[in-house]
Amino acid sequence: MASKTLVSAAINGEPVEFLCEPQQSLLECLRDILGLTGTKEGCNDGNCGACSVLLDGQLVNACLVLGVEIQGRAVTTVEGLADWRGLHPIQQAFLEMDAFQCGFCTPGFLIATKALLDREPNPTEERIRAWLSGNLCRCTGYDKIVRAVQAAACHLNNTCEVDV
Amino acid sequence: MQPFAYQAPASVGEAVALLADAARGARPFAGGTDLLVQMRRGLFAPGMLVDVKRIPELNRIDFDPAEGLTFGAAVSCAWLCDHPTVRQCYPGLIDAASIIGGAAIQRRATLGGNLCNAAPSGDSIPALIVLGATATLAGPRGTRTVAVADFCTAPGKTVARPGELLISLHVPPPAPHSAASYLRFIPRGEMDIAVAGVGAWLALSDDGNTITGARIALSAVAPTPLWVEAAGAALIGQAPTEAAFAEAAKIAQAAARPISDVRGTAAQRRHLVGVLTQRVLHGAYHRAKGEVCHG
Repeated sequence: MASKTLVSAAINGEPVEFLCEPQQSLLECLRDILGLTGTKEGCNDGNCGACSVLLDGQLVNACLVLGVEIQGRAVTTVEGLADWRGLHPIQQAFLEMDAFQCGFCTPGFLIATKALLDREPNPTEERIRAWLSGNLCRCTGYDKIVRAVQAAACHLNNTCEVDV
Repeated sequence: MQPFAYQAPASVGEAVALLADAARGARPFAGGTDLLVQMRRGLFAPGMLVDVKRIPELNRIDFDPAEGLTFGAAVSCAWLCDHPTVRQCYPGLIDAASIIGGAAIQRRATLGGNLCNAAPSGDSIPALIVLGATATLAGPRGTRTVAVADFCTAPGKTVARPGELLISLHVPPPAPHSAASYLRFIPRGEMDIAVAGVGAWLALSDDGNTITGARIALSAVAPTPLWVEAAGAALIGQAPTEAAFAEAAKIAQAAARPISDVRGTAAQRRHLVGVLTQRVLHGAYHRAKGEVCHG
């Protein structure tokens, strides 16, 4: 058995230290060691996006990152979106636009949406669909998710024509 | 995954020493988007992963109008695609780098890894071949440079010797009035593996009426990405016409050695090579006519 490594990182803005083995993915570390079960395991091979997290602000699949790689780095998971004021505007938009049914893919979509809107505040529908191509949803048919991303974008930009 | 040791050296020398120690059974690890998936499937169980993302030479992009483009083997697709000079001067490379995986994969996957994975369907390999790219490897016996066209030897196999590490990829400076294009066919819009792919590079005379250089390379229709030298050679000296492009496409189709599998039949793949070759030649031609590279 490989020996354990001490990893120090910032997760959702909080300093965290944990012990893990090199073969443990960031996804396993988040869920099984740190108890952050908001990030989901779907395919475990980079196809479904259910484990999407931000690593130093960049969108990655936590199943394809090793836990030992996050030494000294910052990770944002779905648990880091809401704050004391309440839900993040992206979460609020998903809720109001009925952008999920079973909800299993939702943490990944929320994180992927945050990554998109952080770099491109006004994406076109085509761009939204292309950006979210790495996140699979088996319930919604995607249309309501796209509407939610558009609603979140206009809310964050204060450009909504009607209240959403 | 089987347990393994993890090292993240800060220099090429340290990495080569770790990789060259055969007892460790070490593999280089950059984006991990192929490697970790293959390890989970049990295809291999290295004793050590050598993370190369802290080695400066593997994590930089350099462009010089006289020297061309050199980028490290650990540079992610997203990093390359967000680089303004690469976008402007090497759009054919962006065609390929921007379609490998979705947004999350793009931030980890590397063209160095795409090349070393040596999949017949590797999208970036035909794009690199037609641009005349070379790969620099470092190993216990020093450094050597290999043409990307010669790099892959069989599915999953390359010219890299045990202990050798891919350091960087080099693309020559864009010649005047030249450009490349890459297209693939997949049943969905994104996040898929090519049924067939074609890259083309064209150079035109100053007046734009004569083809002075041409290269065509194919993916997913042979055991390795395939440079079809005869298809490019047939275009040199010709006017850039539909008829000339159609003739080159026929040569490319004849050179393809496709198989039938879950993604498509051999006949479909051969048909696609014809369609895609003509489309990428059109694309490269229109880019070459308007080609402006300010570096």
